[in-house]
Amino acid sequence: MSEVMCCLKVESITEQERLEAVRQIVDQYKEEKGALIPVLHKVQEVYGYLPLKVQKIVSEGLDIPLAEIYGVVTFYTQFSIQPKGQYKIQVCLGTACYVKGAGKVLEKIIERLGIKEGQCTPDGRFSLEPARCVGACGLAPVVMINDDVYGEVSPDKVESILERYRQRGDI
Amino acid sequence: MKVQIGVDQRVKTLDKTDIENGQQPYRVVVGMATCGIAAGARPVMEFLQHEVEKRSLVNVFVTQVGCMGVCRLEPMVEVYTPGQEKVTYVKMTPEKVLRVIEEHIIKGVVCQEYTMDNQFYMKKQIRIALRNCGLINPEDINEYIALGGYKALEKALVQMSPQEVIDVIKESGLRGRGGAGFPTGVKWEFTAKAQGEQKYVCCNADEGDPGAFMDRSILEGDPHSVIEAMAVAGYAVGANQGYIYVRAEYPVAVKRLDTAIKQAVERGLLGKSILGTSFDFNLEIRLGAGAFVCGEETALMTSIEGKRGEPRPRPPFPAVKGLWEKPTLLNNVETYANIPQIIIKGAEWFSGIGTEKSKGTKVFAVGGKINNTGLIEVPMGTTLREVIYEIGGGIPHGKRFKAAQTGGPSGGCIPVQHMDTQIDYDSLVQIGSMMGSGGLIVMDEDTCMVDIAKFFLEFTVDESCGKCPPCRIGTKRMLEILNRITGGRGQAGDIEKLEKLAGNIKVSALCGLGQTAPNPVLSTLRYFREEYEAHVNSKKCPAGVCKAMVNYVIDREACKGCGICARNCSAGAVTGEKGQPYMIEQDKCVKCGVCQVKCPFKAVKKE
Repeated sequence: MSEVMCCLKVESITEQERLEAVRQIVDQYKEEKGALIPVLHKVQEVYGYLPLKVQKIVSEGLDIPLAEIYGVVTFYTQFSIQPKGQYKIQVCLGTACYVKGAGKVLEKIIERLGIKEGQCTPDGRFSLEPARCVGACGLAPVVMINDDVYGEVSPDKVESILERYRQRGDI
Repeated sequence: MKVQIGVDQRVKTLDKTDIENGQQPYRVVVGMATCGIAAGARPVMEFLQHEVEKRSLVNVFVTQVGCMGVCRLEPMVEVYTPGQEKVTYVKMTPEKVLRVIEEHIIKGVVCQEYTMDNQFYMKKQIRIALRNCGLINPEDINEYIALGGYKALEKALVQMSPQEVIDVIKESGLRGRGGAGFPTGVKWEFTAKAQGEQKYVCCNADEGDPGAFMDRSILEGDPHSVIEAMAVAGYAVGANQGYIYVRAEYPVAVKRLDTAIKQAVERGLLGKSILGTSFDFNLEIRLGAGAFVCGEETALMTSIEGKRGEPRPRPPFPAVKGLWEKPTLLNNVETYANIPQIIIKGAEWFSGIGTEKSKGTKVFAVGGKINNTGLIEVPMGTTLREVIYEIGGGIPHGKRFKAAQTGGPSGGCIPVQHMDTQIDYDSLVQIGSMMGSGGLIVMDEDTCMVDIAKFFLEFTVDESCGKCPPCRIGTKRMLEILNRITGGRGQAGDIEKLEKLAGNIKVSALCGLGQTAPNPVLSTLRYFREEYEAHVNSKKCPAGVCKAMVNYVIDREACKGCGICARNCSAGAVTGEKGQPYMIEQDKCVKCGVCQVKCPFKAVKKE
C-alpha cells in the first residue's frame, strides 16, 4: 500500500513525532478495561488513519493480538485503513434523505469530483463516502464535510459548496 | 448528612439562572442542536452576543438551548420576558436579529413578521422526555437544577429504598423506548435480583435507525436528565459504574454529554458518596464506531468491551450476564429521560397518560414528505392522522399521502387505511410495523414501495455483522431478487420466493436485527402487493421511480420547442430544432430527470 499522506498535511509534525503520539495514547489507556475502541478513535485522530504499522503499535502496547485488532478495525466503518481526504465528504443516505433525493446529490458530487464512494481525490483534498443517518432528518438531504453540516442540499448547490473547500488552505 | 442541593441551594440557583422569573427582563435563547447549527444558528448566536455586548444591554441574557423541535424553521430564536408569552422567531439571520434587538429588545415592539404561531404545533403534544429541550442551556447544570433537576436522584437516595424505586417504575407502566417495548421496571428488577457484586448500568445512545434523531436531541438538549436517570438506575439495581454508548456520528451530543458529566462530578452528583449518602456512581462515555448492529443490546456490550460488535445468543440475558459477564441494565436514552419525572410525580401520574398497555408519551422524529419536519412528543394512542395532518401540517405540494414508515429497517409501512389507528406498541405490531425508536418517515404518491423495501434491504445487507448465515446470506438473496424486480428483470415466482426467504430469516436469525430485517419487505408486500406485481408482470413502476422501467418522453402537443431541455441534458439525448417539438433518444438517456425539472411547459412526461 502506498503511504500517501492525505489526511494530515501538517508539515511541522514528522512521521516520528506522530508515531510517538500514537505510543503515548496507547500508554495512557493501557490499564483501562475495554480500551481498544477508544484508543483506535484517538489514534486515528492523530495519525489520520490506521495502517498496519499503527495497528502493530496498538497491538504491542495493549497486548492484544494484531489479528484481533485488524478484525475490530475492519468491522467498524469509522475506522479506515486507507488515508482519507483533507475534507471528508459524507452524503447522508438515511431514509429521510433518501426519500428527498440524496441519491441525486451523491451522483452530482461523484460527477464533480471524478471519484467514487470510498475514494480520495488525487490531490488528497476530498474523500467521499455515503453516511448513515446523521440525525438531521428535518433538513434532508444532508451533506457533511468534516464537521460542517449542510442541510437541504440539492444537486444545484453542490458546486458552490465544494468551491468553498477548494479555496480554503490546508488544514 | 450533607445534601448539596437542598431547597436553599435550589432557590439560589434559580435566582441566578432566572429561567422563568429572572431579574433580567429578557432571556434570549438560540436553538443550537445539530440541525439548528446546520441551518446557520452559529452566526445568529455570535451576532446576537456581539450586539448585546456592544450595546451594553445589561438587561439581556443570551444563551444557547437544544432542539426546539421545528427543524424546518431553524435557526430559531426565542425571547422570554417575565409575565409575558414567549416570542418565537423563526428562520433567523444576523440581519433579522439586528431588527429584533432594535425593535423588540430596545423598543419593546415584537417583530411580528418573523414570528410563528406554534399553537397548532404544540397543542397535541405533552412533553416529558423533551421537557427541557429548547428551554435550558444544556451546557449549564445550574439551569437544569433550577428547573427541578437532580430532585429525583435526591428523592430516590434520601427517601426511597432501591426496591421502592423499582416499584414506582414498574407501576408507572413505562416500556423501553428503544424499540421492542419491554417493561422497564421488570428489567430493573431482574438486574437488581441477579447475583453478583459488580453490576453495570448502560445507556444505549447508538441511535442507528435512519430517520430517528430523538436520542440525539435529548442528549444535545438535556443531557443531565439522562445522567440523573442512570444514577437513579444504578442505585435501584446496585451498580456503581455506568456507560453511555454514543454514536461517533453525533459530535455535538458527545461534547455536551461530556461537559454535563464533568459538571455533575464537580457538584458531587456523580462520583463518591453522592449527596452525602453511601452511594457511589461513575459514568463514562464510550463512542460507537459506525456499526448499526451495535444498537442491539448484546452487540453493544461486546463493543464496549472493545471487540467486534457481534451479537450473542440470549439467554443469558444481560440482566444476568451482560457487560464483562456481569449483570447489566441497558436502557435507551428516551427511556431514561422519562425516569426523573416518574420519580418526582409518581407512577399514577405517568400511567394516567397513554393507552391501556402503552403508558406515557412517545417522541417521534417526523421527516420525509411532510410540511413540518421535526421532533414531537405525543401521548401514546395519538393517531397517525393527528400526527401528520394536525401537527405535521400535511403533505407538501398537495400530494397524496401513501404511507408512513416507522421502526426503521426493522419496521414497516403504515398505509392510508390505517391512518386512524392509535399509535402504541401493540397496535403497530398488529398492523405489521413496530414502534422502533420513533423515526416516522412520511411518503407521498411519488414514492415507490418496492424501491423503499430495496433501500432498507441494502441497509441491512450492508450492516449485517455476518455472524449468522440467515442474516448474512438470506438478506443478500432477498436484495438480489429486489434488484432484479426494480431493474425490470423480475421473474414469475420472485414475490413468493421473497416471502419464503423472509419467513425463514425471521425464525432463524440470531439477533433482533436479523429477525426483523425482512419486515420492510413483508409490510410493503402486505399493503402494496399490486406494486410488486406491476414491476414483475407488466415491467412497470407505478410511481415512476425505478429507472429501468421509466422512459422520459416529450409530449409533442405541449412542447413549444424552446430547447431548454436539450441545453440542460448532460447526456446529449435530447435532439430537435428550435420551434419544433424536441425528442429524447432513449438509448442515450440516463434518466436523470433534469429535462422534466427544467421544462417550463411541463411537456416532459414519464412513461
